[in-house]
Amino acid sequence: MSKLCGWMPEDAGEMMQTLRYVVFRDVLLAMRRRADVATTLFFFVIVASLFPLGVGPEPKLLRAMAPGILWVAALLASMLSLGRLFAEDYADGSLEQLVLVPEPLALVVIGKVVAHWLVSGLPLVLISPVIALQFDLPRDAIVTLLLALLLGTPLLSLIGAIGAALTVGVRGGGVLISLLVLPLYVPVLIFGAGAVDASAMGMDASGHLSILGALLLLGMVLAPWATAAALRISLE
Amino acid sequence: MLEVSSLGCLRGERRLFAGVSFSLRPGGLIWIQGGNGSGKTTLLRTLCGLTHAMAGEVRWSGTPIQLLGEEYRRELTYIGHANGLKEDLSAQENLLVAAHLVGQPVSRAEVAGALQGSGLAGREHLAVKFLSQGQRRRVTLARLRLMPPRTLWLLDEPFNALDTHAVAGMRKIMENHLSQGGMIALTTHQDVAIQAADVQTLRLDA
Amino acid sequence: MKLNWFKYASPVTFYPLAGKLIPWFALAAAILTVAGLYISFFVAPTDFQQGESYRIIFIHVPAAWMSMFIYIVMAGWAAAGLIFNTRLSSMMASALAPTGALFTFIALWTGALWGKPTWGAWWVWDARLTSELILLFLYMGFLALHAAIDDPRRADRASAVLALVGVVNVPIIYFSVKWWNTLHQGASVSMTMAPKMAATMLLGMLIMALACWMYSIAAALMRLRCIILEREQQAEWVANLAKEPT
Repeated sequence: MSKLCGWMPEDAGEMMQTLRYVVFRDVLLAMRRRADVATTLFFFVIVASLFPLGVGPEPKLLRAMAPGILWVAALLASMLSLGRLFAEDYADGSLEQLVLVPEPLALVVIGKVVAHWLVSGLPLVLISPVIALQFDLPRDAIVTLLLALLLGTPLLSLIGAIGAALTVGVRGGGVLISLLVLPLYVPVLIFGAGAVDASAMGMDASGHLSILGALLLLGMVLAPWATAAALRISLE
Repeated sequence: MLEVSSLGCLRGERRLFAGVSFSLRPGGLIWIQGGNGSGKTTLLRTLCGLTHAMAGEVRWSGTPIQLLGEEYRRELTYIGHANGLKEDLSAQENLLVAAHLVGQPVSRAEVAGALQGSGLAGREHLAVKFLSQGQRRRVTLARLRLMPPRTLWLLDEPFNALDTHAVAGMRKIMENHLSQGGMIALTTHQDVAIQAADVQTLRLDA
Repeated sequence: MKLNWFKYASPVTFYPLAGKLIPWFALAAAILTVAGLYISFFVAPTDFQQGESYRIIFIHVPAAWMSMFIYIVMAGWAAAGLIFNTRLSSMMASALAPTGALFTFIALWTGALWGKPTWGAWWVWDARLTSELILLFLYMGFLALHAAIDDPRRADRASAVLALVGVVNVPIIYFSVKWWNTLHQGASVSMTMAPKMAATMLLGMLIMALACWMYSIAAALMRLRCIILEREQQAEWVANLAKEPT
């Protein structure tokens, strides 16, 4: 805990302080439960490894399918961890306290999304090159995959937070989240996998990455507000 | 000053209560009483701004709380039915994070002092999941020892699971808060005599 | 005397108004459907490229139009309910959703029926069909969320947020799917009309579209009346209504 006080700059604005403490709190909690973080990661690895077993070990086919497989696995893994984003805080009453924080709720949401990405998105990005090697992707394509996941996974967390907030405290919320969120993930999947595809075929992927970046910006602006509105409604 | 005028709330399509009016001045205490399901928690949550009222409004110094937003939230401390503690964090971490989140930087020594005052000395570093229900409630209530500048306390069954000793300690803190011009709205099933200049009672199922 | 528009924003006054309107819209829908189908099947000329199978577009295209249009209208009502806290607008949104989902399903189904003779497969990952499929998922999400929340007010507000998020996403999804399709398949036979469409074809399609409009309004109003009764079952006027001989 001594880290806690040294980690905060003294002159940080109150808003930044709240934001940082939300991130800190959630990351600290995740570190206390490392098994949960590992579960998401292994889910990603296992789903990606199941496809060759399903479609056969033909390297050419696998190479062609790799971008799509990796992205679908990333989508599912990111969605799997969404259930925890607000549900536990709701159950133990700390979500009410977070809503009563004297800062805009969207700020708290941003903090929680950042923490969610650090805990469930970033590890996935880091391990993806290893999975890509299993599918024999060329080196350029692996670099593109890393960049695309780096831009795409925060977007998945942002969009997913809306679904998680809407289903807080709803029975069967876990299954419902997938129904709400997966259709909204479609553009991320198309441009993310498209970038890797283009790169694997020796084409320029910067167009795809730019669109992903633009979508990420749009998501950063709009998703926290929608999530905040959804949280207020769910807590009523 | 907190003013509540002809407040009405629904649960689902059923009316919980209607026409609730009162005002709370500095140093004032209001007991919200009523049987189970009479809407005590809903009323407190409405006072927090967590639940929207179907009728009437809640004003703080003359302005509806929806318009005040963060400004109003800066004035209040809400202790809900649930403790709002993270099981995997220790009592000290819970309090430190909670205080920093609401923009009240406290030192570890202050937190340790508050926990000691709540009779939790020696258990500061134990994860909350190893504490008993009564001890968890004490950790939650220790927030009140840490955050004196907040004027309005909204407490939902604060004495639940507490032993008589802890109840007496809490009573003293609440009396102290009231004597300094604070305001308290609370629900409780227990009979605790709190000394205050201005004590009101509100029965919801009347 | 000033006309009070807000008078009809209350379920109590809207319920009888809706009851009076429904027969007219239903009648219009029936007449227009008969006229539209007659033109589509007997008057419109046979297409020289696609033969008779093209005639499914007289149902397919209006259904696809309606599916997208209803989603936007539904989101509009939901937003109004969220912002102005008018209960009738939220009820309107949930009354529209099943009709929208139905048209989406019809568009997909007729698309498959058209695809078999034209493309040789029931399903082709054509940009329009794929977007339409995702639109169906969005409708399903709206309906599922609304059904999963017990408190009707919370259900209204939560699904309103979802509808608004969906409406922001629909164009993004549509363009990304379209872009994905051109990249992977090149130009395929699309369901767009030939530029020189016969005037009777256009007429048939417009009449069918109008029929779909009338049907949607009638169906939504009927569903709305049911929702009003369900929500207001404890109100006095509903009790009086039940006593009245019909």
